[in-house]
Amino acid sequence: MSTGMGSAGVVTASGPVAALQAAAQAFVARYHERKLALPGDTHARAEAAALLVRNGLPGPREEAWRYTSLRPFAETAFQAPQRGDPSPELLARLPAIDGTRLVFVNGRFHSELSGVPQGFQVVTGKPALGALARPEREKLVALNTMLAEDGAAIHVPAGHDAGTVVLVSIGTGAQMGFHPRHAVVLEEGASLTLVDVAMGEGGYLHNPVLSADVAAGAMLTHLRIQDEGAEAFHLSTVYADVAERGTYDSFALTLGGRLARMEVHAHLGGTGAAAHLNAAQLLGQSQHADFTTVVHHDAPATASRQTVKNVLTGRSRGVFQGKIEVARVAQKTDGYQMNQALLLSPDAEMDSKPQLQIYADDVKCSHGATVGALDADQLFYLRSRGVPHEQARAILVRAFLSEALDPIGHEEARAAMESAISAWWAREAA
Amino acid sequence: MLEIKGLKADIDSKTILNGVDLVIPDGEIHAIMGPNGSGKSTLSYVLSGHEGYEVTEGSATFDGHDLLAIEPEERAALGVFLAFQYPVELPGVNNANFLRTALNAQRRARGEAELDAVQFLKLARAQAKALSMPDDMLKRNVNVGFSGGEKKRNEVLQMAVLRPKLAILDETDSGLDIDALKIVADGVNALRGPGFSALVITHYQRLLEHIVPDRVHVLAAGRIVKSGGPELAHALEAGGYAAVVAEAA
Repeated sequence: MSTGMGSAGVVTASGPVAALQAAAQAFVARYHERKLALPGDTHARAEAAALLVRNGLPGPREEAWRYTSLRPFAETAFQAPQRGDPSPELLARLPAIDGTRLVFVNGRFHSELSGVPQGFQVVTGKPALGALARPEREKLVALNTMLAEDGAAIHVPAGHDAGTVVLVSIGTGAQMGFHPRHAVVLEEGASLTLVDVAMGEGGYLHNPVLSADVAAGAMLTHLRIQDEGAEAFHLSTVYADVAERGTYDSFALTLGGRLARMEVHAHLGGTGAAAHLNAAQLLGQSQHADFTTVVHHDAPATASRQTVKNVLTGRSRGVFQGKIEVARVAQKTDGYQMNQALLLSPDAEMDSKPQLQIYADDVKCSHGATVGALDADQLFYLRSRGVPHEQARAILVRAFLSEALDPIGHEEARAAMESAISAWWAREAA
Repeated sequence: MLEIKGLKADIDSKTILNGVDLVIPDGEIHAIMGPNGSGKSTLSYVLSGHEGYEVTEGSATFDGHDLLAIEPEERAALGVFLAFQYPVELPGVNNANFLRTALNAQRRARGEAELDAVQFLKLARAQAKALSMPDDMLKRNVNVGFSGGEKKRNEVLQMAVLRPKLAILDETDSGLDIDALKIVADGVNALRGPGFSALVITHYQRLLEHIVPDRVHVLAAGRIVKSGGPELAHALEAGGYAAVVAEAA
């Protein structure tokens, strides 16, 4: 269960818990210093601050945080974000994708680097709180709500195809914490592809929250590339609420960051709603990345698909937690979940936790998990044809990912992911 | 020219090859026949560089290069090709991309210009057509969902595109119907001539009616116990291995 350990704010001062408590206090102190300068809803902020004081940050005793410790993050004192200018090297790495570009630097909207939308509305300059977030349950969302400075509110009117929006976050410095807050609303029959890119340099904290409200027959394609700086922390939460015949189709590629967690809560609230929560995590050295999903099937004939692939080298650790909840009303639910890990080093580790809670009696739900090394026969077959060892490994790793990558219909986004993966491989092989 | 001298090899500390001597001059096709467990497949794996086998004695050179000292991909670039008895499936790897990657890797290793996608497809389609293979075989994932016969034909297609100097065919005839057998044989015969030699491993004389060998060798208990002309294959078919092996012992 993802609920907390009860309401008491007093916890015994064992090491990690004390560090988390101190970190929560430091964030609250930052809020009190800056609250008069922060834009948007002051009431929501004050409530979130009270929640943070009461509940603290997620700790090792919570089931949902069993495999991911925030201790390294708690040991860093994050300062308020500064305005910064991304280096030319960073800007050169921005994927070439046609569409409306919305760039946030250190959590603040950067208009010179951004484009202007046509035919739909984007509001920036204050946090886009959205209606879906639950700061009372997700502690990092409380942190976000308390300190959020900016965000994009994207509104696509009924029946309109908004094309592609490229939402970019760039972090430019060490020890800055930023908490952008975005909201997407697709009215009935609307569609949007949101390419969500996170990158940067330095040991910053990026703690974004996005709520996505997908109305009847609407289609949100959410393609994420997390390629944060090697020392950075990426802790993101997405809420997607999908009405009848609507689709939230997502793929998340995790490559960067020292400690990363993507948490996705999808609520299928209308008949025929669908969610695809596919992901690939490619980790090396001592990286830790966690992909955690909760899918609520809350209406008949809803479908969810999750194919999560992990490629782990060095001493990296991958985590997948996938929970599927099927309410009594959600007959004819179709739920599928597959988590696979390729361990390229004996010191890498994968933790996988599927959870099914089914209260309806006529459903089709399946899940599976595999962990393995590269297949020696496949490697030999490639090498016997003249393909050098490293290239053969790269081909097999790419093949392992294909089941998750190939369904991405957006050519430019897929190409951007392919080149990010190639760059990752070149880095790891070096 | 392939020269094998006193070759011994183990798998899991069990001796499989126990002193193989064999010379295949340039331009010749030799067949190796023998009962199950005699070491035929081991010989093909050792020559192509499979890691599962440990060579304990002897040598194998090809055109003067010490095969046993170099990596499988380097052997391939020298022109050594193994048609697998059980071709490996590569889910998620497109057959045409696979073949182009292999061809260009070999060309790069030899200092030759690489083929671009258009040049390659032209070549691969022509070869597929010559082998009566449908174009869509190139678009599928390598050997995934292929029938036994299709897998073997795919091996021959790879051989036709890669144009090796030494082809080792490990029971390429097993599981093939007569039409497929002819296609495979045509593929080998098309390469026949100076600059190409082959080692055809088979249980049956049937394949050797279509690929007529210059020499036939009988492998038993990890050694070549008898060699002869094509007529030896007929004698084996008529009398069985037991008589030949007993006579040689």
